[in-house]
Amino acid sequence: MKNILYILLIVPLLTFSQEEISGMIMEANNKKEHIPLAGANVYWLNSTIGTVTDIDGKFTLPYSKEYTKLVISYVGFKTDTITVLEPKFINYWLQSTDNLEEVTVTSRKQSTAKSYLKATNTFTVSRDELLKAACCNLSESFETNPSIDVNFADAVTGTRQIKMLGLTSPYILIATENIPSIRGASQAFGLSFIPGTWVESIQVTKGAGSVVNGYESIAGQINTELVKPSTDDKLFVNLYGASSERLELNTHINTRVTDKWDTGIYIHGNTHQQHHDVNNDGFLDMPLYNQINVMNRWQYTNAEKGLVSFINFKFLNDEKQTGQLNFNPDIDKLTTNSWGGEIDTKRYEISAKLGYVNPEIPYQSLGVQVAFSSHEQDSYFGLNLYDIKHNSLYTNAIYNSIISDSRHKIKTGVSYTYDHYDEFVNTLDYERTENSVGAFFEYNYDNLEKLNLTAGIRIDHHNLLGTFVTPRLHLRYTTWEKSAFRASIGRGKRSANIFAENQNIFSTSRAINVVNANGNIYGLDPEIAWNYGVSLLQGFNLFGRKADITLDYYKTDFENQVVVDYENPTEVSFYNLQGESYANSFQAEINYNAFEGFDLRLAYKFYEVKTQYNSGKLDKPLIPKHRFFANVGYKTIKKDNGSQWKFDTTFNWLSRQRFSSTISNPVQYQLPKYTPTLATLNVQLTKVFSPKFEVYLGGENITNVRQPNPILGVDDPFGSNFDTTFVYGPIFGSMYYTGLRFKIE
Amino acid sequence: MKKIVTVALMLIATVTFAQNKNARASMEVDGVCLMCKSRIEKASLNTKGVKSAVWNVKTHELKLIYDERKTNLETIENNILAVGHDVKEKKATDEAYNSVHPCCKYRDEDVKGAHNETPKQ
Repeated sequence: MKNILYILLIVPLLTFSQEEISGMIMEANNKKEHIPLAGANVYWLNSTIGTVTDIDGKFTLPYSKEYTKLVISYVGFKTDTITVLEPKFINYWLQSTDNLEEVTVTSRKQSTAKSYLKATNTFTVSRDELLKAACCNLSESFETNPSIDVNFADAVTGTRQIKMLGLTSPYILIATENIPSIRGASQAFGLSFIPGTWVESIQVTKGAGSVVNGYESIAGQINTELVKPSTDDKLFVNLYGASSERLELNTHINTRVTDKWDTGIYIHGNTHQQHHDVNNDGFLDMPLYNQINVMNRWQYTNAEKGLVSFINFKFLNDEKQTGQLNFNPDIDKLTTNSWGGEIDTKRYEISAKLGYVNPEIPYQSLGVQVAFSSHEQDSYFGLNLYDIKHNSLYTNAIYNSIISDSRHKIKTGVSYTYDHYDEFVNTLDYERTENSVGAFFEYNYDNLEKLNLTAGIRIDHHNLLGTFVTPRLHLRYTTWEKSAFRASIGRGKRSANIFAENQNIFSTSRAINVVNANGNIYGLDPEIAWNYGVSLLQGFNLFGRKADITLDYYKTDFENQVVVDYENPTEVSFYNLQGESYANSFQAEINYNAFEGFDLRLAYKFYEVKTQYNSGKLDKPLIPKHRFFANVGYKTIKKDNGSQWKFDTTFNWLSRQRFSSTISNPVQYQLPKYTPTLATLNVQLTKVFSPKFEVYLGGENITNVRQPNPILGVDDPFGSNFDTTFVYGPIFGSMYYTGLRFKIE
Repeated sequence: MKKIVTVALMLIATVTFAQNKNARASMEVDGVCLMCKSRIEKASLNTKGVKSAVWNVKTHELKLIYDERKTNLETIENNILAVGHDVKEKKATDEAYNSVHPCCKYRDEDVKGAHNETPKQ
């Protein structure tokens, strides 16, 4: 029987090979099995010659040289047109439209993706990139990223500070799911209150950013998307241990409650109770701490009605102890027995989001966000006392629609914020309430090809900042293929929380001097700055592999700034800017996928950050002019069982940084004008055993670079020259860690 | 006869009153890549009355929202054909097809192969 079939098949081929073409149409499947499609239409393009496939999916059609395009169509399948240059037998697999969503496109996914299309200069850091630095919270997530600098704020609290475009984090709007989260009281330590495993992705926007989330951003915006109950693993456990005896545990549990409700509980705990003093200065190299951080999320999804909602509850308790090795808080607190400090933080947060997309008209949507947080920090540093209570309410409603067609999109809405601060600084009480009502309008034009621009404006009425307008403009233009030229301009305005943002001043003997100018905030005026930037992204192929280069130049000009002046070593002064203050930054970055699984990232940065101090126009202290960055990542090809090796290493080089002046100190407490240059190297190795289980091992600062004497006046912590703010490099030296991740999807 | 007229009138009335400001439609348009996507969507949106056009590279489905008072599917189709993309029942003229970028020659199997890794012969 089979033979007859073959003969039948061959006969027409032989007999009519000049005039006819035949083939078989099959349903596409992964194994390339021959599943015939009966009744599919096959016809020559622009002709009336066509046929229908038989029960075995086979067809025969007259052929002539003038016909080159064969159209194959079938209900429920993707219509295809194929080129036929010679009358050979055609085997063709037609894609079912149902299965099309399942087709996996096997192009390389970058772990840090830059957009060629958006108007803003935004890049997205995915989970994969975050895993390259195995630890542990948001402040440590940027170590493989050249656009954001991470350094230590002081020598005792172990706080990491991030900088973008040469400006510290208060000038960056840091949001969690588009709700500004790290601001006010949480400015100093807030980044360490978001555990790394909770983060799904991070979007970093350089330049002023959108007006939708407020007027405060100046250097840029960082938005963190958290893991979602409906898409996160059912169970996820991450255990981390470091040679410094730091231990962390992360557990996520997600369940589906009903077909519309999902919920997840996320628990993070970390502890470090080991005393370290590698440099033998009598002070702990890193604080002792305990942190408990719990989040409960509820997600409601109703696709039919176009509704999505999230409700989040968060609780954080964080306790830190710093200072001299023999400091015992029970006995020595606020005495001169020995120098030490404690920072206790409690924070509660409730937030809710509701999004509605009109199922009939998908470009119309409405979003409402409400967030309330209560933040309480009780702390002392030596003999300095600092307590802050900050209650904050944020509400925002956004309406999205189009004008005439979807190339003209608009976002408009209103927002209301309320902040109450109650601070106690040594002997002084500072209390203030801020509230603002604002409306915004953002227009986006995308001609779907070369040009995309976003123009936004908002007007706010603020009880202390007054009524003001915040304009921002971003545009992207594609001059030639695989390129994006961007430009942006925008204004930002904010009230500086001078104590909360500069808590390192308490771990010094400096006198605090706030120069009253009869302003509304600590007697000072609000900070106002304009940010301008241009950027060029160009993708290209080098030896047949993908590469891209980015050149960025940004300039931030302060109209007013609250200048933090360390130039007198016995005091720190806060005063309104008199004269110029600016931050210019240039960055060149190259990404290259040199071969399968191997990614190289090189970056060079140049900063010029100058401020007019009372003692003259000077470079901002502790900012390197030049920085060089290299990151190499290598992944082996995933085996069928999901096992894989991943290797990652990051190199950082910083040029010399200026120390603020110590010239009026006694000679033994004077520092050189500049720090030495600094180079650090981190490595990490991950072994993925299966999609469920992986283990990682890494080293931070493996060349064991240390700043020899991070604390000035360490011999007399209660003397007039004690200062822990002259930190430019690692204090602890090299550190090794290991951890595991276990998940059930 | 009277009946027919009535029915015809009713039909016309239905047609007239069914004119929807936000009519939704879906059609199949051939193409291969993101450049095609932008060309197809642009051609659709350049039809006065079309509010939204989203073309899916994988499924070749073009989802439209348009104002029925201002345009109809045929006009939209013709505009898409004019920029060189075939729709389900009609083929673009060779002249129009030849105007698309070489990487978008969706009728050419090599070009298609270069764009996706789905099973081919």
